[in-house]
Amino acid sequence: MNFLDLIWLIPLFPAAGFVINGLFGKRMSKTMVGVIACGLVFISFIFSAGAVYQLLQLDSAHRSHTVRLYEWINAGPAHTSEGPLANFRVDWGFLLDPLSSVMILVVTGIGFLIHIYSTGYMHEEDGYYRFFAYLNLFMFSMLTLVLGNNYVMMFVGWEGVGLCSYLLIGYYFHKKSAGDAAKKAFVVNRVGDWGFSIGIMMIFVTFGTIDFIQVGEKLREGVMAGAFHVGDPLFIGIALALFVGAAGKSAQIPLYVWLPDAMEGPTPVSALIHAATMVTAGVYMVARSNFIYQMAPQAMTVVAVIGAVTAFFAASIGLVQNDIKRVLAYSTVSQLGYMFLALGVGAFAAGIFHLMTHAFFKALLFLGSGSVIHALHHEQDMRKMGALKNKIPVTFWTMFVGTLAIAGTPFLAGFFSKDEILWKAFSSNQGHVLLWLLGAAVAGMTAFYMFRLIFMTFFGESRVDHHTEHHIHESPRSMTVPLIILAIGSVVAGYVGFPAWLGGNNAFEKFLDPVFEPLPIPHGPEAEYSHLAEAGMAAASVAIALIGFGLAYSKYCKRSWEQQREIRQYGSLYPVFLNKYYVDEGYDFLFVNQAKDAGTGLWKFDAAVVDGAVNGSAWTTVEGALGSGWWDRWVVDGIVKFIGGFIRTMSWPLRLIQTGYVQNYALVMILGLLIFIGYVLWGTS
Amino acid sequence: MDYFREHILTIVAFWPLAGMIVLMLFNKENKTLIRWWANFVMIVGFVISIPLWVWFDRDTADQMQFVQNIPWIQTIGANYHVGIDGISLLLVMLTTLLGPLAVLSSWEAIHDRVKEYYVFMLMLQAGMLGVFVSLDFFLFYVFWEVMLVPMYFIIGVWGGPRKLYAAIKFFLYTLFGSVLLLLGILALYFIYPNLAAQHPEVAGRFGTGATFDVLAFQAVASYLPFTYQYWIFLAFFVGFAIKVPMFPFHTWLPDAHVEAPTAGSVILAAVLLKMGTYGFLRFSLPILPDGTKYFVPFMIGLSIIAIIYGALVAMMQPDMKKLVAYSSVSHMGFVTLGMFALNPNGLNGSIIQQINHGISTGALFLIVGIIYERRHTREIAQFGGLSNVMPMYAVVFLIMTLSSIGLPLLNGFIGEFTIIMGALQQNLWWAVAAGAGIVLGAAYMLWLYQRTMLGKIENPANEKLIDMNLRELATLVPLIIVAFWIGLYPAPFFRVLDKPVNNLVLKVRPDYFQGTQRLNAEIREPR
Repeated sequence: MNFLDLIWLIPLFPAAGFVINGLFGKRMSKTMVGVIACGLVFISFIFSAGAVYQLLQLDSAHRSHTVRLYEWINAGPAHTSEGPLANFRVDWGFLLDPLSSVMILVVTGIGFLIHIYSTGYMHEEDGYYRFFAYLNLFMFSMLTLVLGNNYVMMFVGWEGVGLCSYLLIGYYFHKKSAGDAAKKAFVVNRVGDWGFSIGIMMIFVTFGTIDFIQVGEKLREGVMAGAFHVGDPLFIGIALALFVGAAGKSAQIPLYVWLPDAMEGPTPVSALIHAATMVTAGVYMVARSNFIYQMAPQAMTVVAVIGAVTAFFAASIGLVQNDIKRVLAYSTVSQLGYMFLALGVGAFAAGIFHLMTHAFFKALLFLGSGSVIHALHHEQDMRKMGALKNKIPVTFWTMFVGTLAIAGTPFLAGFFSKDEILWKAFSSNQGHVLLWLLGAAVAGMTAFYMFRLIFMTFFGESRVDHHTEHHIHESPRSMTVPLIILAIGSVVAGYVGFPAWLGGNNAFEKFLDPVFEPLPIPHGPEAEYSHLAEAGMAAASVAIALIGFGLAYSKYCKRSWEQQREIRQYGSLYPVFLNKYYVDEGYDFLFVNQAKDAGTGLWKFDAAVVDGAVNGSAWTTVEGALGSGWWDRWVVDGIVKFIGGFIRTMSWPLRLIQTGYVQNYALVMILGLLIFIGYVLWGTS
Repeated sequence: MDYFREHILTIVAFWPLAGMIVLMLFNKENKTLIRWWANFVMIVGFVISIPLWVWFDRDTADQMQFVQNIPWIQTIGANYHVGIDGISLLLVMLTTLLGPLAVLSSWEAIHDRVKEYYVFMLMLQAGMLGVFVSLDFFLFYVFWEVMLVPMYFIIGVWGGPRKLYAAIKFFLYTLFGSVLLLLGILALYFIYPNLAAQHPEVAGRFGTGATFDVLAFQAVASYLPFTYQYWIFLAFFVGFAIKVPMFPFHTWLPDAHVEAPTAGSVILAAVLLKMGTYGFLRFSLPILPDGTKYFVPFMIGLSIIAIIYGALVAMMQPDMKKLVAYSSVSHMGFVTLGMFALNPNGLNGSIIQQINHGISTGALFLIVGIIYERRHTREIAQFGGLSNVMPMYAVVFLIMTLSSIGLPLLNGFIGEFTIIMGALQQNLWWAVAAGAGIVLGAAYMLWLYQRTMLGKIENPANEKLIDMNLRELATLVPLIIVAFWIGLYPAPFFRVLDKPVNNLVLKVRPDYFQGTQRLNAEIREPR
C-alpha cells in the first residue's frame, strides 16, 4: 500500500469517529464507544507510521510529498506587492515532510495512548460518548493542522483544536469555573488568531501564495534575485504577526493566561491538548515558517527573549502552586518557553526535538497526576496528599521517571533536548549568554518544583483524609499500561538525537535539515566551540538542576511540607507567585472591564445619541406638525380671516346699496338713465 | 417546459403572489388549511427556483440570464425588465430558501389573524424576489416599496409590546431612505438621454430615449460627470445604508427585531438587509464608479465602526434577540467592508458573507424564537444550563454560534477570511481593525452560549423545558446543511460569483487587471 498518497486519510479516521460517536454514541455501549474512538486513532497511527516509513525510504532531498484533494477556496485575483495578479486560492492539501512526520507520529502515537488511558479514567463519567467524540474531533483538527500543506489549512486545524479545547475544557459544563475557563481559552486564543490570520494574509499579499513549499521557493528566488532583504520591515511584520498567533496557542507571554485555567478540563485532556500536542502548535507554526523568521532576525530575537522570559516567569509561579495539575500547567508554559527560546536563536531542530521529548514526559506526568487524582477521588490539592508511594506504586515509579526526564537527568529524554537548547542559546549567532543564564536558572527551578511535587505527593506523612484513605487504589490497567509505555518513551526518546559531543550523529537534526535549510543570506561567522565547551555547559546545567533537586529534598522530603514555613521562605514574593503576578486581575482591569464598559457606554450612546437623533427628529416632526397646525390656525388662517373681516367691516356702506331687491336696482338704473339722458341733452351744449 | 424556462423569473417572483390571492379566498376560520396552503406555496416556490441554480450558465455568469424585457409604461420609458446574474442568483436562492423556513417556524407561534399573517408573508416574499430580479429602476422601486407594507404590518400587528413604535420607526426610516433613493433614480433618468445622445456608441442598444433601464445606466456610467456621481451616490447611500443598516442608521434594527415575531426577524435579517447591500452592488458601484471610489474612505470608516461598535454593544445586551440584532450590525459591517475594498477578494467575500449572514443570523433568530415560544421571555438572565434539558437544541445552537463566529469548515469563515484578505490588499490597518471584530464576535457569542446553555439549571421554570420537535428541527436542518456546504465546499458559490465580481471590479477600477502598482493611491483620488 502506498501510504504516502493516503496521508489525507490520516485526519479523516478520527473525523469518522467523531461523526459516529457524536451521532450514535448515546445509544451505544461504553465499550463500543471506546473501541471506535481508540481504534480509529490507532488506524491513523498505522497510516502515519506507514507513511513516515515510506518517506524515510526516499533520499533526504526528496522527502516531501504533497497530496491535493480539491480546490477549497478560490476567491479570485488579487494584487500582490510583487505586482503580478495572483489568485487567492486554497487547496485542501496535505504535505508530508520530515517536520510533519515528527508531528503526526507524536500526535497519533501519544494521542492513541491517551485515548486508551481515557477509557479507564472517564469510565464513571456521564457523557462518555461526548468526551470521545470531542477527543476524536480534536485528533482530526490537530492532524489537519500539522499535515496541511498551506497556511490556511493550518489555520483550519488551528481553529479546530481551539474549538475542541473549548469543548473539552468546558466538558464539566455544569461547573461555572469550567465554562469560564473554556470561554477564556477560546477568546484569548482568538486574540492570537487575529495576529495569525493577519500574518497569513500578509504572506499572501507578499508572495501571492500561501502554500508552504511555494512560499519557501519564492522567498529563496527573491533573495537570490536581490528582491528581498534580510530585516525588511515587511518580514519583521509577518514574523511578529505569526508569533502573536503562536503565543496565543502555545501560551507565551502575554497570552499565556488561559492555559492554567484550562486545567478545569478532565486530566486526559490536559495531557493530550494542554501538554503534548495542541499547545505545541505555535512551536510547529514558527518552525514551519522558519524561512520567514530567517529573513527577520529582529523578530527572532523577540521570540527568543519572550520564550526565555516566559520559561522563567512560569517556572517561578510553579514553585508555590498547590494544585498538582496547576504545577504541571505552569511547567508546560515554562517548557514551551524553552522551545521558543530554541526557535528564536535559530535552533529550529532543537525546538522540535524538545517538543517531541516533552510530549512524552509531560503527557506521562499529566496522566500520572490523573492517576493520583483518580486514586484520591478527584482530589487535586497536594496539601491533602502525601505518602502515596507504596499505595500506588506504578503511578509513583512512572511519574518519578517522568520527573527525572523533565529535570534533565543525564541520558534521559529531557536531558538531550534541553541541553541542545541551552547550548544553542549560548553558542548560536542569535544567542546570548543572558539567554543561557535564564535557561539554566529555569533548569534549576524545574528540578525544584517537580521534586516538590513528587515529595509532597508521594513522600512524607499522609495528609489524605481518613475517608478517602481507605479507598486509595492503583488505577486499572487501561491507565497504567499507557503510563509505562510513556515512561519508557521518556527514557529512550532522546536517543534519536544523540548529540555529536557524546559521539552520536544527531540523526534527528539531520532528518529535519531539509525543512530548516538556511536561506542563501549572509551569515556572520559561526563561533567555533570545542566539544569540551559543550560538555562543560551541559555539566553546568546538570549541576544547577542538582541544586534544585537538593533544595526540594531538604525542604519537602527531609521535613514534611508545612504551609507556614513555605510562606515564610518566600516572604513577600509568595503572594505574587501564588497569584501569578496578578496578571489575570490586570487583564480584567485593562481589557475585559474596559470592553464591557465600552459596550455599555456605546449602548447608552446608541440609545441616547444615535437613537436620540432619530426620536428627536420624530419628536421635532410631531411638534413641528402641532406648531404648524397652530400657525395654520392662528396665523395663516388668522390673516385670511382678518382680511375677510376687514373687508367685511369696511364694506358695510356698500352693502346698504347691495340690497338684492330687483326693484331697487331698477330704480337705480332708471335714475342713472335719466341722469345720462339729461347730461346728453343739456350738458354738452 | 420551454415556456417555463423563458418565464422562470416571473413565475418564481409572482408565484407567492398567486398563492396569496388563492389564500384570500379561504375561510379565515380554517386555520389549519391556511397554514398548510401557505407552507405549500412557499415550498413550491423554493422548488421552482431550483432550476435557476441548475440552468444558470456559469460561463456567462456576468451576463443577465433568464431575461424578460417587455414594454410597460411606454410614456415614461419604464419596462418590465427582469434578469439575474451570479450575484442576484445567490440572493434569489437565499430568499426562496429562507421564505419556507420562516413560514414553517410560525406554525405554532401565530394564533391571531392567521389568514392576514400568511397573506402578508406571501406578499413580502414576492416583493423581495421582485427586488432581486428587477433590472428596471422603476420596477425595482415599485417592489422596493411594496415590500415595506407587509413588513410594517407583520411587525405592527403580530409583534411584541412596543410593536407600534418599532413598526412606525421601521417604516418611516426606510421610507425616508426610499425618497432619497427615488431622487437619485430620477436624476439618472433625466440625465441619461443627454449622455446617450453625446455618446451613442456606448448607449448602444439602449438607445437615446428616456429609460429606467439599469443596464443602460451602467453602460454610460463612465461618462456621468463627477458632480452627478457625487450627489447621486449620497442619495443612494442614504437609501441603501438605512436598509443594510450601516452605522449610524442602524437603530431601527434592534427595535424592529426585538418586536417582530420570529418569522419577521428571520426574513428581516436574512433577506431584507441584503437589499441594501445588493443596492450598492447593483447600482452604486457600477453606475457611479467615480462616486464610489471617492467615498471609499468614508464607507470603510463606517464599516469598521459598525463592526466594532456593533460587537461591543451586542456584548452587553440582556436580551437574546437584541444581542443577535446588534451582531447583525457587526456582520453587515464586514459585508460593506469587503464590498468597498473594491477588489475581487473583498467583493467575493462580501457576497458570500451576505449569504452566510442570512444563514447564520436567520438560524439564530429561529433558535431564539424556539426558546421564546416555550418561556415567553428572551432575557438571558432567565436562562442557564439549558443543555441539560435540551441537548439537541444545545447542539444546533452551538453549530450556529460557531458559524456566526467564523469557525473554519463552517460558512462564516469563508466570508470573513476573504473579506479581510480583500481589505488587507488595500490597507493593512483596515484588516487589523476588522480583526478586532472577530475577537469580540467570539467573546459575545460564546458568552451568550455559556450564560444560556452551560452551567446548572438555576431557574425552576427551565427544568421542564422540552427539546426541539421535528418541525422546529426541520426549520434549522436546511440551514445547517448550507452552513457546512459553504464551509466545506464553497467552490460552486465562488464559481457563480467569479465572473460578475470581476466584471464589477472592472467597471469601478478599469485598470485593476492591468495595473501592477498598488492601488491604494488611486482609490483616494477623485477624478
